[in-house]
Amino acid sequence: MTIVFWICAPLMVLGGLGLILFRKAVYSALSMALTMVCLAVLYASLDAPFLFAIQIIVYTGAILMLFLFVLMLVGVDTPDSIVETIKGQRILSAIGALGLLGLMIFSIGGAVTGPSAGLAGAEQAAGGNVQGIAQLLFGRYVWVFELTSALLITAAVGAMILAHAQRTKPKLGQREQADARMKAYADQGTHPGSLPNSGVFATSNSIATPALLPDGTIAPDSVSQTLAERGAQLDSTQLRALTAETFERAERIRDEEDEEL
Amino acid sequence: MIDQYLYLAVILFVIGAVGVMIRRNALVAFMSVELMLNAANLALVAFAWHHASFDGQVASFFVMVVAAAEVVVGLAIIVSIYKTRRSTSVDNANLLNQ
Repeated sequence: MTIVFWICAPLMVLGGLGLILFRKAVYSALSMALTMVCLAVLYASLDAPFLFAIQIIVYTGAILMLFLFVLMLVGVDTPDSIVETIKGQRILSAIGALGLLGLMIFSIGGAVTGPSAGLAGAEQAAGGNVQGIAQLLFGRYVWVFELTSALLITAAVGAMILAHAQRTKPKLGQREQADARMKAYADQGTHPGSLPNSGVFATSNSIATPALLPDGTIAPDSVSQTLAERGAQLDSTQLRALTAETFERAERIRDEEDEEL
Repeated sequence: MIDQYLYLAVILFVIGAVGVMIRRNALVAFMSVELMLNAANLALVAFAWHHASFDGQVASFFVMVVAAAEVVVGLAIIVSIYKTRRSTSVDNANLLNQ
């Protein structure tokens, strides 16, 4: 038990520090997962096998995955600003945290006396850990247990209402989209048909390859806007130069063969 | 013997409190709140072990239920704020301040 504690405790503190120190929210969530799993192991070592399972299923499995879903939903790339908006906030929070730490550690120092009883006796009396929890849950705490069901229902309904978005604009059908396209053609001369294909070269036919216009310049519409923004666009002129070079070499060899004949 | 568990719980709680105070990203601040809840859970389970009764474990179980409900509503609020303001930073939610 002591060994388990001294393995898990540093990992948990590391996970906690990672949670608040990593700039990227995904790393924070992963260090949180580390802390949660270590916590589950500590529960197991403290004779709480039921809570061990619940911790892994509910916290690591459900809650943290929900966090990751929302992270992906709101965009992983949104950076956290480092600028202090409230002056001296860091220092004040550090002082506050140290005060809290000191207060709690000194209050714990003399609070617990006597040896720990351990749960073995209670488990024997109840016939097991899960049975013991069930006796309390459906006995003394049954009213609280009923209330939690009301809480969960309310939370589920509340989340649905909060996440529901009213449509502010009517949905565009095929007809409206076609009209809008023709209007754009009439007003700004935008081509109403489909966009040009991406370029096809001897060494690459990826969608990141821009097509070339007849005058040799790149057709900007031939590559997805997202790819262009990410900088994933390949250099068509280079690919074209390679093809041209190969053709030139092939032609030179053909000329030489013609001369030999 | 139980002291070390309580000290660990205190350290985790303080780390969570610092996270709530210094991080701007609403999601990370929210995760720090979860860390504080977990620290309290650890103390509850340790006390259950110390006093040889299951009450602490049942209390910890209830904390987990409340945490699950809280996360669902909190994340829904964050998503709806993100939908209207395109940001999860807690500094940008200052509509009542303007």
